[in-house]
Amino acid sequence: MSLLDVQGLVKHFPIKSGLLNRQTATVRAVDGVSFAIAAGETLGVVGESGCGKSTTARLIMHLIEHDAGNIAFDGKTVGSQHMQLKELRRQMQMVFQDSYASLNPRLTIEESIAFGPQVHGLGRTEARARARDLLARVGLNPAQFIRRYPHELSGGQRQRVNIARALALEPKLVILDESVSALDKSVQAQVLNLLADLKQEFKLTYMFISHDLNVVQYISDRVMVMYLGRIAEIGPVGEIYSNPRHPYTRALLSAMPSVDPDDRTEAPPLTGDPPNPINPPSGCRFRTRCEHAEAVCKQKEPVLNMIGTGHSAACHMMNAGSGHSKIIPIAVAA
Amino acid sequence: MFTYILKRILYVIPIGLAVSLVCFSLVFLAPGDPLSAILPPDATTELIERLKADYGFDKPLPVQFGKWVLRAAQGDLGTSIATGRPVNSEIAKAISNTFMLAMFACGIGFSFGLVFGFVAGYVRNTWLDKVVTGIAVTGVSLPHYWLGMVMVIIFAVLLDWLPAMGAGAGGSDAWAWDWEHVRFLVLPAVTLSFIPMGIVTRTTRAVVAEILNQEFVQALRAKGMDSLGVFKHVVKNAAPTLLAVMGIQLGYLLGGSILVETVFSWPGTGFLLNTAIFQRDLPLLQGTILFLAMFFVVLNVLVDILQSIFDPRIRR
Amino acid sequence: MSAPLASAAAAVFTEPPPVVVSRGYWATVFARVLRDKVTVFCALVLICMLLMAIFAPWIAPKDPTATSMLKRLALIGSEGYLLGTDELGRDMLSRLIYGARLSLFIGIVPVINAFLIGTLLGVLAGFLGGRVNTVIMRTIDVFFAFPSVLLAIAISGALGAGIFNSIVSLTIVFIPPITRVAESVTTQVRGLDFVEAARASGANALTIIRVHILGNVLGPVFIYATSLMSVCMILASGLSFLGLGTKPPAAEWGLMLNTLRTAIYTNPWVAALPGVMIFTTSICFNMMSDGLRQAMDIKE
Repeated sequence: MSLLDVQGLVKHFPIKSGLLNRQTATVRAVDGVSFAIAAGETLGVVGESGCGKSTTARLIMHLIEHDAGNIAFDGKTVGSQHMQLKELRRQMQMVFQDSYASLNPRLTIEESIAFGPQVHGLGRTEARARARDLLARVGLNPAQFIRRYPHELSGGQRQRVNIARALALEPKLVILDESVSALDKSVQAQVLNLLADLKQEFKLTYMFISHDLNVVQYISDRVMVMYLGRIAEIGPVGEIYSNPRHPYTRALLSAMPSVDPDDRTEAPPLTGDPPNPINPPSGCRFRTRCEHAEAVCKQKEPVLNMIGTGHSAACHMMNAGSGHSKIIPIAVAA
Repeated sequence: MFTYILKRILYVIPIGLAVSLVCFSLVFLAPGDPLSAILPPDATTELIERLKADYGFDKPLPVQFGKWVLRAAQGDLGTSIATGRPVNSEIAKAISNTFMLAMFACGIGFSFGLVFGFVAGYVRNTWLDKVVTGIAVTGVSLPHYWLGMVMVIIFAVLLDWLPAMGAGAGGSDAWAWDWEHVRFLVLPAVTLSFIPMGIVTRTTRAVVAEILNQEFVQALRAKGMDSLGVFKHVVKNAAPTLLAVMGIQLGYLLGGSILVETVFSWPGTGFLLNTAIFQRDLPLLQGTILFLAMFFVVLNVLVDILQSIFDPRIRR
Repeated sequence: MSAPLASAAAAVFTEPPPVVVSRGYWATVFARVLRDKVTVFCALVLICMLLMAIFAPWIAPKDPTATSMLKRLALIGSEGYLLGTDELGRDMLSRLIYGARLSLFIGIVPVINAFLIGTLLGVLAGFLGGRVNTVIMRTIDVFFAFPSVLLAIAISGALGAGIFNSIVSLTIVFIPPITRVAESVTTQVRGLDFVEAARASGANALTIIRVHILGNVLGPVFIYATSLMSVCMILASGLSFLGLGTKPPAAEWGLMLNTLRTAIYTNPWVAALPGVMIFTTSICFNMMSDGLRQAMDIKE
């Protein structure tokens, strides 16, 4: 059974303007997203900025309310009597991108980490003991760091503190929202290794959001590619990187820098910016930038179609009955 | 753009109504029942009856307010108890004096403030900057009614250069643009100019220093633009903020000159307010405050609109 | 709390690194303020004023209300009257010392009141957002439609003269600006990730406000409030000057200026003395506020 099960998640943000502040447009930030994360795995989420990665994370954390859809954690629907919000927030934690903004500048490192456990009823002394313990686990000497303030730490150290803060509640699932993106490459590698070690040690499940394809390839078991609030392709990391099927995934990967001259793909890189999520293109949202776009792509929205073991893509070319002229035969029977 | 301006103009209506409500409520703040608050102690029965009818005290409050606002909108602010004349004609007489005083004070204050502020912003953290900052902080910390007294002491009592009070020889209130009359304006205008001078200096200094620190200024210099060219860019970028501050200061002076007008017995709205308070002439008090506040509201909207023309980022 | 001293000494001899104790934010600010001579000087002047107010009966050489028809408007430096006498022959020095009591009281209390009420309203509006924000902030907007002097005079004028009334009216005058600052700072802080993180750890609104919001909002709002004290001193004494504040024969600087106005032809410098006190207090509040603001502007 999957640890997290998301069905048909939708979040639209209204845009108000004009004389009477009436709603004039809608940003379709997340528009019908369904996926699952199995216990113990790492799901990487990639996509350009504005594709709804972070909104999806915040919806799962219930930091913002979703408009439609269902989120089940451990088989229980969140918000029901089986899974209260507060309990969910103990089992699911999040590490943000901006290591500085995600720590209260007026609290010491120790106080910041101990805050969560204290909210959940742990005594002050025990909470602080746990904070010291976790600091050691994330590779920071507690004696040196507990009384320090965030501004006295480096970016890498702060992000370690944020990881410790997330782990302080002993969660099952940790959502890492661009958590290493702002760090220097060398520090990034250290933190990624730390995350891998912690996953082993605490039997964690990760949802790892990043725009950095190399990092996602390194850490993920499965990868989900998002485009304008929808899933373009989802599948095992090896499949996605070696055998990408959706034209968007292929374009993304071709833009991935590589030092190996033989490793360069011939697929054309992406041109232009993604369309405005306020008025996404009809049918397939990627069609405006897709070299294979045809009439059917404008008329019908493609659905996620199983094209291999645990591998799905939302493209008419992967769907034999869609009417697209360039149907790509599916190698592995579903 | 058009929507923004229209929105700002329409915004005057709810704010104006709320402002009228506050002014209307003033009567109820006064101790005792509203009628006796308005009435002088030696009121005649005739006056009592007239006021009752004027205010409609027998009717429920929302009706009273509605009637009051409707009449105010038509320019009828009631009758002054002290003089028996319509409040709006009293205001009409006083407002031109206050306006003149405020304009002169702003002229002096803004000119000095802008010059000081630009100089200090350009030479930040030097001794000259410290001197200018000192002047600015003095300007905003001075109790201007006291400054007025000191001005009178120096220039009227000790030196006998300028008149101490009034707006014309022998207390006449007929104004004329000659030195005989303008000399009455000098001391109150200079006194009143210190606050806007201080505030404009501070704001200008901060804004100019911030702009000079920005990368685009470095880029302009790097591409070889001379300092006059850079200065033009600084002015252009500082204008919206400075405009807003100056607009609000003008409004403050119009409504806030009561203390200085009292010191100099300047026959403006402040003096009128003072009279209204001490004779407990509430219709006059209400009317004058409503008028000044509405003027301030309109001025604010004008500043907003002007600002949005200078700086397109403001309208969203 | 005993760890720092002990381990600092032990660190020289033992292997493990010492407990690093960083100064908290406020300790850092305080240390920075102490380095700023102008701010320290202004703070000292204000403390002296406060002490003068508290210990007035012991400091003042004479009874501030004892009139003497024979010694009216004595010059500065006259025999027995260091700063001369006022229009009723009362000792100016004593009256100025006693005046600190009422003047500081009506100059400071409204800002404290407004700080408490305004911060509460602003934090609520900023944190809750939505309708609560709209209701609070639009109401505040109405008061911004009045220039502050006009509003103070309007309310005082309607309420009538008196210390209590002038404190009420000045409190009302200062609530809107403080609320606006508190609201904007709260809105900024609320959008930061650490507040999201606190919500994500299941904390309720009250806990988040107490632990995460207030600590970051009170500082800037407090600094803003100290800058308003300067304005409040001027306005409060101004109300008395107009006869809307304290009533005679109380010793209050603004009221003293008012009653001495008639004396500017006979004894001008004595007449101007109370204003010097108002000005000194007001400028010290202003400069101290500037100093505090700079000290709090700690860049990484």
